Amino acid sequence: MNSKELTKKAETLRKNLISLIFHGGTGHTGGDLSVLNLLTVLYNHTLNVDPKNPKMADRDRFVLSKGHCAEALYTVLCDKGFIDQKELDAYGTCGAHLGGHPDNSIPGVEINTGALGHGLCVGVGMALGAKMDKKAWKTYVVMGDGEQAEGSIYEAAMAANKYHLDNLVAFIDRNGLQISGSTEDVMPLESIHDRWTAFGWDVKTINGDSVEDIMNALDNIDFNNHKPHLFISRSTKGLGVGFMENVAKWHHGVPSTAQYEEALKDIDNRINAL
Amino acid sequence: MKEINKIPCRKSITSTLVELGQKDKDIVVVTSDATGSATLDDFAKTLPEQFVEVGIAEQNSVGVSAGLASMGKKVFVFGPACFYVARSLEQVKVDMAYSQMPVKIIGVSGGVAYSQLGATHHSLHDIAVLRTFPGMEVYLPCDARESRKLCQYLVNHNKPAYVRVGRNAVPDVYDDDNFEFIPGKANTLREGKDITLIGCGETVAHCVEAANLLAQDGIEARVLDMHTLKPFDKEAVLKAARETGAILTAEEHSVYGGLGASVAELTAQECPIKMRILGVPDENVIHAKPLEVFHHYGFDYEGIYKVAKELLKR
Repeated sequence: MNSKELTKKAETLRKNLISLIFHGGTGHTGGDLSVLNLLTVLYNHTLNVDPKNPKMADRDRFVLSKGHCAEALYTVLCDKGFIDQKELDAYGTCGAHLGGHPDNSIPGVEINTGALGHGLCVGVGMALGAKMDKKAWKTYVVMGDGEQAEGSIYEAAMAANKYHLDNLVAFIDRNGLQISGSTEDVMPLESIHDRWTAFGWDVKTINGDSVEDIMNALDNIDFNNHKPHLFISRSTKGLGVGFMENVAKWHHGVPSTAQYEEALKDIDNRINAL
Repeated sequence: MKEINKIPCRKSITSTLVELGQKDKDIVVVTSDATGSATLDDFAKTLPEQFVEVGIAEQNSVGVSAGLASMGKKVFVFGPACFYVARSLEQVKVDMAYSQMPVKIIGVSGGVAYSQLGATHHSLHDIAVLRTFPGMEVYLPCDARESRKLCQYLVNHNKPAYVRVGRNAVPDVYDDDNFEFIPGKANTLREGKDITLIGCGETVAHCVEAANLLAQDGIEARVLDMHTLKPFDKEAVLKAARETGAILTAEEHSVYGGLGASVAELTAQECPIKMRILGVPDENVIHAKPLEVFHHYGFDYEGIYKVAKELLKR
């Protein structure tokens, strides 16, 4: 798919995502919307994964460290054929397979996440294992920006540098908001770029709201530079739904029926404008 | 008490891994600056490509171990028990137990092995905490030979597990390798009909010695080596309850939530009997050498002997 087609897919998935949250009655809506472009590009352009064989030996590994954005992941996994639409339809019901955070009983999910600050450590283990076995597959980890206050992340950052894990690609979904408000009010994170550079990582900033920009970034990673890679993906919390964009309270929230219809209309307008 | 063996349990495990790791390249050891305290020098020197050092970062060491295990590595992560079941507890809960990643934690210098170093370095809560994590296995081998057999078993075992061993060498409970080690099945070290003494880890040798003393008084005590705390051998405990009518447990652990609690939960519901739990009470442990701590709180052989006699008088 070219960037235009993939952008359209991302917008279609945005509607599916809103529908999943509305019908399921639960969701981390704002962050789901800010990370959706990234997940769409990863699963449809970059990752070597096979929905028919989710445990394929030499698959690329993906870890959603910001596990609370499970709805965005489920939407993409369903579209790819890893999970059935029926599973999505049951989301939010008693005893449903899919929970509010991903677990590895779900095809395509490598490890259970939801407690923050874990994903990068696990990703370091995966990337290290690939190096030990001289495997070419890569490990991708998506973190949140509020998550950057978790100290364990920097334990992992040091280890990735020590072992020169240039087969590890991490992202920070930099939407600037967390549950209590602006990340810079809750715990100042800047300069994220300088911080991670000091840890020995290859750091780049991309526009996470642009499918095309994400595609270009992922196509141009130097996997032989002996450095782990970090993309600061500048994004908009609540992207695509006017009343949700850059509003912290939509970190976790379910639209009313009227809001749901308005949200779908907003996204339709985005699709029509493409 | 018997004479003390010269090989600590931790060394028995690392020597076994050096041997097995040369034949199986998927065996990986991860540590957090515990090469010396876990006796990993030989492994690091012999198998550097299978050795991962993450520095003083227990949370990362468990996460990295889970990542390695997810791609088929047979991972043993070594470090002081106190840190692995406290500092990195969430990683143990989520990355290992909940995710069912078959990492093996070898918690060294467990219980009160660090003696005078005090409460920061004791791990007297590990059994209680870890047995509540679904799918997590918990082992406390009692001597060097049992530690070796446990290690051989765990290498190809596909479940997350925690192993607690001490620091110093301990008396041999098993005089040779001619004994069976079946995970989840307690070993009966001595038959008896009057009372059952159950120990785990280093208290097993004390139970054996207490049974010797009781025998001199004409009391026949059964002794169980409960090397596996989870999955728990309910059958052996209920059999002991029915056949001996009294159980005394001794553990280097809080009296809350450990071996004694496991026995009490079971017998209270299925076969109520006379019972006593010996362990560390709800207080900060005195600063003393390990055996002095055992003696102070009465879970050494003298304390076990004394309480067993009292229990049988009731």
